Amino acid sequence: MLGLSFELSEEQEDIKRAVREFCEKEFDPELALELDRKEEFPMELYKKAAKLGFTSMRFPEEYGGQGYGILEDCIVIEEMCRADSSLGIAITAATFASDLIVLHGTEEQKEKYIPPICRGDFISSGAFTEPARGSDLASRLDTRAVRYGDTWYINGVKTFITNAPVANFFVVLCQTDPKAHPPHRGQSLFIVDRETEGVEVSKLKDKMGIRPSLTGEIAFSDAKVPADALLGELNRGFYYAIEFFDKSRVGVAAQAVGIAQGAFEIAYKYAKEREAFGRPIIQFEGVSFKLVDAITLIEAARLLTYKAAWLIDQGKPDPLIASMAKTLASEIAVRITEWCIGILGGYGYFGDYRVERYHRDAIVTTIYEGTNEIQRLTTLRYLLRRL
Amino acid sequence: MRFRFTEEQEDIRAAVREFCQKEFEPELARKLDREEEFPWELYRRACKLGFIGIHFPEEYGGGGYGILENCIVAEEMCRADSTLGTAIILGDFASEIILRFGSEEQKERYLPKIASGEWISAGAFTEPARGSDLAARLDTRAIRDGGEWVINGVKTLITNAPIADFFITLCQTDMEVEPPYRGQTLLIVEKGAEGLDVTKIGDKMGIRASPTGEVSYSDVRVGDDAIVGQLNRGFYQALYFFDESRIEIAAQAVGIAQGAFDRALKYAKEREAFGRKLIEIQAISHKLAEMATKIEAARLLVYKAAWQVDQGKLDPILASMAKTLAGRVAVEVCDEAVQILGGYGYIGDYDVERYYRDAKITEIYEGTREIQLNTITRWILRRSG
Ligand SMILES: Cc1cc2nc3c(=O)[nH]c(=O)nc-3n(C[C@H](O)[C@H](O)[C@H](O)COP(=O)(O)OP(=O)(O)OC[C@H]3O[C@@H](n4cnc5c(N)ncnc54)[C@H](O)[C@@H]3O)c2cc1C
Ligand SMILES: Cc1cc2nc3c(=O)[nH]c(=O)nc-3n(C[C@H](O)[C@H](O)[C@H](O)COP(=O)(O)OP(=O)(O)OC[C@H]3O[C@@H](n4cnc5c(N)ncnc54)[C@H](O)[C@@H]3O)c2cc1C
Repeated sequence: MLGLSFELSEEQEDIKRAVREFCEKEFDPELALELDRKEEFPMELYKKAAKLGFTSMRFPEEYGGQGYGILEDCIVIEEMCRADSSLGIAITAATFASDLIVLHGTEEQKEKYIPPICRGDFISSGAFTEPARGSDLASRLDTRAVRYGDTWYINGVKTFITNAPVANFFVVLCQTDPKAHPPHRGQSLFIVDRETEGVEVSKLKDKMGIRPSLTGEIAFSDAKVPADALLGELNRGFYYAIEFFDKSRVGVAAQAVGIAQGAFEIAYKYAKEREAFGRPIIQFEGVSFKLVDAITLIEAARLLTYKAAWLIDQGKPDPLIASMAKTLASEIAVRITEWCIGILGGYGYFGDYRVERYHRDAIVTTIYEGTNEIQRLTTLRYLLRRL
Repeated sequence: MRFRFTEEQEDIRAAVREFCQKEFEPELARKLDREEEFPWELYRRACKLGFIGIHFPEEYGGGGYGILENCIVAEEMCRADSTLGTAIILGDFASEIILRFGSEEQKERYLPKIASGEWISAGAFTEPARGSDLAARLDTRAIRDGGEWVINGVKTLITNAPIADFFITLCQTDMEVEPPYRGQTLLIVEKGAEGLDVTKIGDKMGIRASPTGEVSYSDVRVGDDAIVGQLNRGFYQALYFFDESRIEIAAQAVGIAQGAFDRALKYAKEREAFGRKLIEIQAISHKLAEMATKIEAARLLVYKAAWQVDQGKLDPILASMAKTLAGRVAVEVCDEAVQILGGYGYIGDYDVERYYRDAKITEIYEGTREIQLNTITRWILRRSG
């Protein structure tokens, strides 16, 4: 058995280079600023990125994916978010929760949804959060699915759903057994097509950041879905969701690492060029030590993220490491992007210089896919189990 | 020592609070934040009630109070709404320079119009190449020609520029003198002057109802009566002004922090997770306890710095400490408030993300955090001999 190695494989290096090239060619800061202003999704870029396989790294080849693992996916996410935090998140989150279909779907479900996702023809949503609960999904959900004959009727509201305004389908967590104790043993996942009657989507506007990644509310009123829309086994939905989050939060960590790296590079360049008091400001330790601390923290967070991803790809996913990675990476991303605004002085406060957008975008990584308080609880749970 | 306000000061606070409760609409704040527009109507109403220029002498239409009272106004307004509050209290920005150094004619011409809300002021110091290092040779120059001053140059990141009626502009008037700051002068340039051009700078992170702009001067001519204070003493006067005004910025920061705290506390008492109120979860309640502690400490420092000024004993080290601490506290408290609101903290409807964006400016303008720390260093060295 081979021991430790900190080198990416040649293939992984190639992926990284290809993404970087793509972003350099296609990511236009003006476009990012414009989409940030208008809260619009970068549809064209998404399709282009999908054509090159960047949005389907982790999906199997037989369904049109690239057949790589979570580590390769993280490399793509990191590079895209580094090149532009808003475009990067919008594009790489467009296939969010499709993983649940790959993991638990029937052959028909996979064939129907995954190839169009890989091609960039489809966009997906995972709808878990409700107005009354985000962290506490284990409680009794207000979104309920009731079966009559061959049809499920869904009622309820899901909110804060990424991609909802542009998604072709939603993977929805519903209470299917309202009497189950504990309630999470009575939850199931359904795949709901956008055109389903009784489904209404509204866009949530005025977000602080990741504004090109659209967010919405989905209201189900007697939404009729067929029996074969059930994903995996009945009443296993909560477990599937948690297992999925244990992986997907590594992707959030990769977003954070990329955002921090991107902001660092902007500030570093600026600090070498900008002069005050007769010298480049990087010669002031009040500035340079922040940059040094930034790159140190980024390196640490990146290694933790890669380790969490690697463990998944080895078939040994470790929620403890994944939670640590997400917590550390998101918190350093917020801190570092804030420093970068400071380093750019007054200019840092304006959209043209990009770092304030990176900062606004970074903040969501401490909130979604389990807030950092919830990550700490997860870390604690596994810690107590082991030590 | 006493930690109690006078009845008059309490009345002022109550009056501002009442005004804000009645007049500040969250919907309006969100709209102006979206559109980057100034709250004209509210501004004029605030002026009518005497909240602007409360620290001007009564003979110039002011309230005859001091910096402490001005800080109370700033704090309460920013607490009620960070965006509206900031925009309104900055409406008279830099007019204090005229108050402190202006001639009688200048005071009479400008201050009553500022206090009444008829005019808006701007202070133009920063240039594209320098914000912190104003002591360097400025690119904005005023050259003597035929008994007049001819100004050329560009000032940028200027608060109120797009709406200001006059600009107190720091110019290099002596090009040769060493060190260069001994040859800088403050000149008042009025809106509409020939050669004066203003453009708005958009897409700010926060304080979006307070417009910011670039001011360019090409052969703008003004007379000697435009000089504020003394020729070639502009730099010193500007520094004196910053020492005072950064206390108001610190008060702004305290108000923003308090407002974000209020909202987070209210939310934590109402929202449930895992069958409990958030406030019953220690990870949340301890956050709130720490936020409250930091705000109280920052507030006291701000009041002390303001009190010193009103005692005629302005202390630049205290002013810098107050701004440094209050700015940091504001950012940290708002950050925690966003976190406490979870997903709701991230969207405009719940306002704390706006408070957060607005808070960040307090660590940048009127001297960045690093510049404050340099100032504090200089003074502690001087004091320790
Ligand atoms: C831009 C954006 C995109 C999103 N995308 C999606 C999506 O695609 N799909 C989806 O389903 N959801 C999505 N979400 C929702 C997100 O996952 C939730 O907001 C998040 O899980 C927190 O839930 P909440 O907002 O209800 O906060 P709450 O659960 O109400 O928590 C409020 C606060 O209390 C803290 N807290 C709660 N319980 C505890 C505890 N036991 N101990 C300590 N602290 C605690 C939380 O950390 C938080 O600080 C998105 C959110 C945002 C902002
Ligand atoms: C919304 C807004 C409103 C403003 N309003 C006004 C206004 O009304 N009038 C006006 O004149 N200006 C205004 N400004 C400008 C503001 O005062 C300057 O941006 C600020 O002083 C910093 O200057 P700078 O941007 O040139 O940064 P720089 O001076 O270029 O500094 C860049 C970075 O280097 C650091 N640095 C510089 N020197 C040192 C040192 N010696 N030691 C350690 N670190 C150092 C700084 O702290 C900063 O992090 C405004 C700015 C903003 C964003």
